[in-house]
Amino acid sequence: MNAQAGWIYSEKVKDHFMNPRNVLADEKDFDYDARGETGNVKCGDQMIVFISVDKDNNTISDCKWQTYGCASAIASTSVLSEMVKGMDLDAAFNLSPKDIAMELDGLPDNKVHCSVLGDKALRKAINNYYFKNGMEDKVVEEEAKIICECLEITDHDIEEAVLEGARTFYDLQEMTKISTSCGECRQDATVVMQDYLTKHFDQ
Amino acid sequence: MVYFDHNATTPLHPEVIKTMQETMMDFGNPSSLHGYGRIARDKVEEARERVASFIGASAEEIIFMGSGSEANNTVLQNMTCNQFHSCLINQTDKKPSVFTSVIEHPCILETAKCLSDRGNQVAFLEVNPDGKVKIDQLKEQIGQETGLVSVMMVNNETGTIQDIKALAQIAHENGALFHTDGIQAVGKMPVDVKELDVDFLSLSGHKIYGPKGIGALYVKKGTTFCPLIRGGHQEKGRRAGTENTLGIIALGKAVEMRALEMEDETKRLTSFRSMMKQGIIDNIPDVKFLGHQDDCVQTTLNASFEGAEGEAILLYLDLEGVAVSTGSACASGSLDPSHVLLAMGLEPEWAHGSIRISMGRETTEQEVEYFIEKLTSTIQRVRRMSTIYQGRN
Repeated sequence: MNAQAGWIYSEKVKDHFMNPRNVLADEKDFDYDARGETGNVKCGDQMIVFISVDKDNNTISDCKWQTYGCASAIASTSVLSEMVKGMDLDAAFNLSPKDIAMELDGLPDNKVHCSVLGDKALRKAINNYYFKNGMEDKVVEEEAKIICECLEITDHDIEEAVLEGARTFYDLQEMTKISTSCGECRQDATVVMQDYLTKHFDQ
Repeated sequence: MVYFDHNATTPLHPEVIKTMQETMMDFGNPSSLHGYGRIARDKVEEARERVASFIGASAEEIIFMGSGSEANNTVLQNMTCNQFHSCLINQTDKKPSVFTSVIEHPCILETAKCLSDRGNQVAFLEVNPDGKVKIDQLKEQIGQETGLVSVMMVNNETGTIQDIKALAQIAHENGALFHTDGIQAVGKMPVDVKELDVDFLSLSGHKIYGPKGIGALYVKKGTTFCPLIRGGHQEKGRRAGTENTLGIIALGKAVEMRALEMEDETKRLTSFRSMMKQGIIDNIPDVKFLGHQDDCVQTTLNASFEGAEGEAILLYLDLEGVAVSTGSACASGSLDPSHVLLAMGLEPEWAHGSIRISMGRETTEQEVEYFIEKLTSTIQRVRRMSTIYQGRN
């Protein structure tokens, strides 16, 4: 029997999962300029991205990481660490989960949320670098915007629901209870949801 | 390949394969009166006798069904029918209220949720940290309205054995019927429905080296019963649809082989289980074993490793040729880890790192040794990358 028949991930994911690049087993081993952390072990995914920066060119000279998470979380962080080396800080800041998933030849729909954490951690690391180097004006904070005033549900909550599988407004309501009180935000929520469906799944 | 996922499903027993091959040509409908039909009927009834005797029942108390899930659905759905005042089949003065537990299989939990949505009262027994249901809670909260109590005999994730006899007694003292989901128990430990004094017990073929798509429900003689699948006289009108003769005959063979092999196998697996546990303790720090460690089936060991996520462990082991299962959320595609482990009060970060190892009849000592070796290197590998296992390798 072929034990590896029909592996659920692409060959590229498998390669990065089997041979993760740029893992930082011990923080002391890397003289980094900035770090960014995201996720939560309670939720099953946590990532820390460490970067060193070529200060003359504003490019990332090295990137290392740690991940607590599943195979696609490990592979996403690994491939991200290769992608950003030599990359301009602005370009790195604008990397999207889709860019990472594409580099891995795609991820199963229910695993896309694992790749979201990598680019979030990277943005935090880049912001951390700007803070530490007197470049506060460059910092772009990702503030959540409240969509449903009654239940205080944000665009981030909607994004999370989309990544968790919400495809229709009904799914979204089941998962977040959005627009179940006064109902006024329904139109806005639908637009935000569609944006995330397009962003993550081309739908 | 090392297969340590027998709680998910088992390979067919060679004798079952032989029986199936021999039976494949017997296509007759057991309901037909001619020779073809009579051959099929005889074989189906022989299988019924075997299944019955394996669990201490009589043949007429066994209904064959399409799966263990169907058996569980049937009991829950029909014992809670809210037309009980006017129904001619299920005449009871009980209100349709159900007591089950928080650690049941989804085929019970989701049916219970559906019943609750339809207006039935549904209550859930909680569990202790060792995975045993809180018997005192049942004693305190069972009421006159409770029509059915349903608690699984062995939990699929932890292997913890519940005190079914005591739970059934409480149900009966309060005038309720008692059902146990015996799918993970039958074939792994002695099960006697008369000794346990249960009214219903579900079992499944593919967990005991039989084929998939066949299960059975024990219904104690004289118990009111209402079918889920209607429209045929098969199974004495209790489960419509032409019998899955091949599956039934194979299930008969599977229980026959269980009866022959289970005792010696349990002795062997008892020693493998403690060997495996010791091997893990000796080689891997920061591990927790989940579920009751004495009242458990010897096939199953559930362990959680700090700082290591379950799906990653599972897939690294898979690449080493070892098949296990995990209670991790990531493997199932939802955000929440195992409802069973969370109900036991396990912190989510530990629940995410749990691995279920379930051995079976073909498991060897060499496989256990190989597994310990591969698990040790896998955990090191995962922890080396982990955000929460800094410098502790």
